Amino acid sequence: MNAAARGAAGGTGGWSRALSSFFYRRPNSYILLLLIPPLLWFGTVYLGSLFSLLLQSFYAINDFTAEIVREPTLATYKQLVTRPAHIDIVVRTTLMAITVTVACAIIAFPLAYYMARYATARMKTYLYVAVLLPMWTSYLVKVYAWRLILAKQGILTWFLDSLGLTPALDAALNTPVIGGPTLSSSYIGMFIVFVYMWLPYMILPIHAALERVPRSLLQASADLGARPGQTFRNVVLPLAFPGVAAGSVFTFSLTLGDYIIPGVVGAPGYFIGMMVFQQQGTAGNIPLAAAFSVVPIVLIAIYLSIVKRFGAFDAL
Amino acid sequence: MTAAIEFRNVTRSFGSVRAVDDVSVEVAAGEFFSMLGPSGSGKTTCLRLIAGFELPDSGHILLDGIDVSDVPPYDRNVNTVFQDYALFPHMSVAQNVEYGLRVRGVAADERRRRTDEMLALVKLGEFGERRPQQLSGGQRQRVALARALINRPKVLLLDEPLGALDLKLREAMQIELKALQRELGITFVFVTHDQGEALSMSDRVAVFDRGRIVQIDSPRGLYGRPRNPFVAQFVGGANVLTSELASTTLGVARPVAIRPEQMRILAAGTATEPGWVACAGTIADSQYHGATLRVQVRTPAGELLTVAQAEAGATDAATRAGTAVQVTWPRESVVELEADHA
Amino acid sequence: MRSSFDKATVLHRLAAAGGIFFMHFPVLIIILYAFTTEDRTYQFPPPALTTHWFTDAFARDDIWAALRLSFSVATCATLAALLLGSLAALGLARSRFWGKEAITLALVLPIALPGIVTGISLLAALKLANVELGFWTIVLGHATFCLVIVYNNVIARLRRLPPSLTEASMDLGADGLQTLRYVLLPQLGSALLAGGMLAFALSFDEIIVTLFTAGHEKTLPIWIYDQLFRPRDRPLTNVVAVLVILITMLPIIAAYRLTRSTDERS
Repeated sequence: MNAAARGAAGGTGGWSRALSSFFYRRPNSYILLLLIPPLLWFGTVYLGSLFSLLLQSFYAINDFTAEIVREPTLATYKQLVTRPAHIDIVVRTTLMAITVTVACAIIAFPLAYYMARYATARMKTYLYVAVLLPMWTSYLVKVYAWRLILAKQGILTWFLDSLGLTPALDAALNTPVIGGPTLSSSYIGMFIVFVYMWLPYMILPIHAALERVPRSLLQASADLGARPGQTFRNVVLPLAFPGVAAGSVFTFSLTLGDYIIPGVVGAPGYFIGMMVFQQQGTAGNIPLAAAFSVVPIVLIAIYLSIVKRFGAFDAL
Repeated sequence: MTAAIEFRNVTRSFGSVRAVDDVSVEVAAGEFFSMLGPSGSGKTTCLRLIAGFELPDSGHILLDGIDVSDVPPYDRNVNTVFQDYALFPHMSVAQNVEYGLRVRGVAADERRRRTDEMLALVKLGEFGERRPQQLSGGQRQRVALARALINRPKVLLLDEPLGALDLKLREAMQIELKALQRELGITFVFVTHDQGEALSMSDRVAVFDRGRIVQIDSPRGLYGRPRNPFVAQFVGGANVLTSELASTTLGVARPVAIRPEQMRILAAGTATEPGWVACAGTIADSQYHGATLRVQVRTPAGELLTVAQAEAGATDAATRAGTAVQVTWPRESVVELEADHA
Repeated sequence: MRSSFDKATVLHRLAAAGGIFFMHFPVLIIILYAFTTEDRTYQFPPPALTTHWFTDAFARDDIWAALRLSFSVATCATLAALLLGSLAALGLARSRFWGKEAITLALVLPIALPGIVTGISLLAALKLANVELGFWTIVLGHATFCLVIVYNNVIARLRRLPPSLTEASMDLGADGLQTLRYVLLPQLGSALLAGGMLAFALSFDEIIVTLFTAGHEKTLPIWIYDQLFRPRDRPLTNVVAVLVILITMLPIIAAYRLTRSTDERS
């Protein structure tokens, strides 16, 4: 086709063809053109700010002038790891993250198992959506809902009262450390809310892992003489474990970094997230806030490397 | 006469792999040209180079004498029928077929006229409003054909178009495609790994091996005069005797090829006819193929010869494994080969 | 074929039902509370039901202002995300170059790292650059992870698209722009729509990062958050909560159904 014919036949006009032909000969510039705007944005806004966070964690705040001294120092980190109050915060948060993870795993597994094993195909879609819906509901609304539920005259107290379990509730609230004046200001309450919030994140990976276990394996196990309990222990559990590991990544990291739930439904003790939020706010101590936020990153990285060995990455 | 397609020392590599290695070839206008070879031999890459989906690393590609090495696909007078048909799922059959005309600004009624004409040609006249998903594999293939041909290209490229069809349909389509090509008179370049297909449809066949063309010839030429062991075995299957065995039995210092159907099995100790060569051996295995019987005979040197003979007359006893026999063939049916390229 | 091997016992069914109920009842409670007449405590069961809180809420200027702000932020963030996310997906879908792995990994970070890290990083960087916090800083934060959402949706669709479709289009005479218009965009349409709706819902509902970057501005979630510590407008908060549920859940459900139907069709 000669140039004249090309021009005459052009649908959108010569410039569009010329542009396309230009990039046809230079595929790399085309990709570069596509990627520059998003990467520029992403690089400066997100990666840049992450970098500046890390950078600022190596600054320190001048106690007298309350201004940030922009000189590299390890003083802030030292403050983080030596002050007992700070260590308390980290330990407290990590413990909560671990207990929440374990509880989620225990509650999620039977539900996921039912969905994978016993539900009919139609039930499965309904159940799947039923698990997804709370996940899609606004985070803040869910937290707020629990504030209502756990309140002193709220539904939970009413429910336990009508079952005659109020003394049990009082006993629980009187437990040292985890108890509190009301459910909505105790670690028990916080624990319940965390478990509720992250449950779908644990259910879905476990369900996916269980779905991948072929029914023929279970039948083979039974055929070879294993009782249901043995089949479960020897076949199902090991194969489903990567799903549990994957879900645990979510519950662990989400609990570790959360600052709203401990503030809304919580005991006086601080959590990492709250500390970060508070330090940048009134205190204006950005270096300390930065240092504190590095802690979850490090912990999550460690957790990921542990969990990788259990095959969590394949199950994600 | 200018060749419809010409490759001049074209090379295309992907990483460290040379998919097309210094290939030069000319395809004449109006011929049915096949590119045959195993997977990964470079034939599909060559096709994509002609269409413009790949650019050569070195060398030139000429269409009708014009260098098109950096001309985009939409500016080449070449159209492709893809292996997966690549029909646009969000368009109807008619919209698919008229696509090439539409993007070139052809008016709507002209488009409709030519689309109807094209659909009638591929016998899908009633299917214009259907969606590709509603068609069978064979029907989709014909839509792909119509969509390509409506643009009146000088060259039609077909990338293993019959691979997904079942045997009966495939054979019917082979006859149809050949007839279509003769009727339209345009150049067809057909890529396949099925040597039977290539032999039955083509004017000429180029055999590819590891990025190079090892032989270009007419189908009869390829079958009767294979150049090297690769071609001999890939096209039609052949017994290739290595140089050593060839020199002992035939006094020839090169590898040779003998087609299985040119050999005969005789009872051990039978006298050899004049002009025929014999070799002793024992039957290793046999397969019944209805019209023919294929028998594998192991020579004392350890080589396995395959003999194909008409089924009539062979008894079970004569073909039982372990029987000592004599394999003979006419000396003149032997083809001397070059060594395989490195 | 359901054999007795697969039959669930009553216990199983009860446990499953209990689990599902546990996951849903808090939201249902909120909806219930939006109609209660009791305005000072969270008393259960509600003494009586009324709808007048709804009319009260819609008479409140601050609620309207917060609603408008959330809408504008979500719209801007979604538009930016649609553009940038699609470009990124188109660029990364089928290319091979040094550094591609790193870029793909980096694009996972906004979702992988806790929201608080994103929030404090943005704040720290903005303070360092002496940028005033307000509408655009909120959009900045939102657009960044909305970008990732759109990117994920579009690239998943692109990966399922056979490359022969765009090649066929070019083979038939359409240049790059025509191919984009006639072949690519129709195929990507549902992914863009789904990604956009998800991004919108995510931005509308966002609180974790927004609290860091909003300065003095109040989005609807920030309004609710303030109410949590100043329980003066309890019933109104419930109404606003129901509003947020509706505005965020509907696009997500629509996006989900859209992605599922294209999966089934392809």
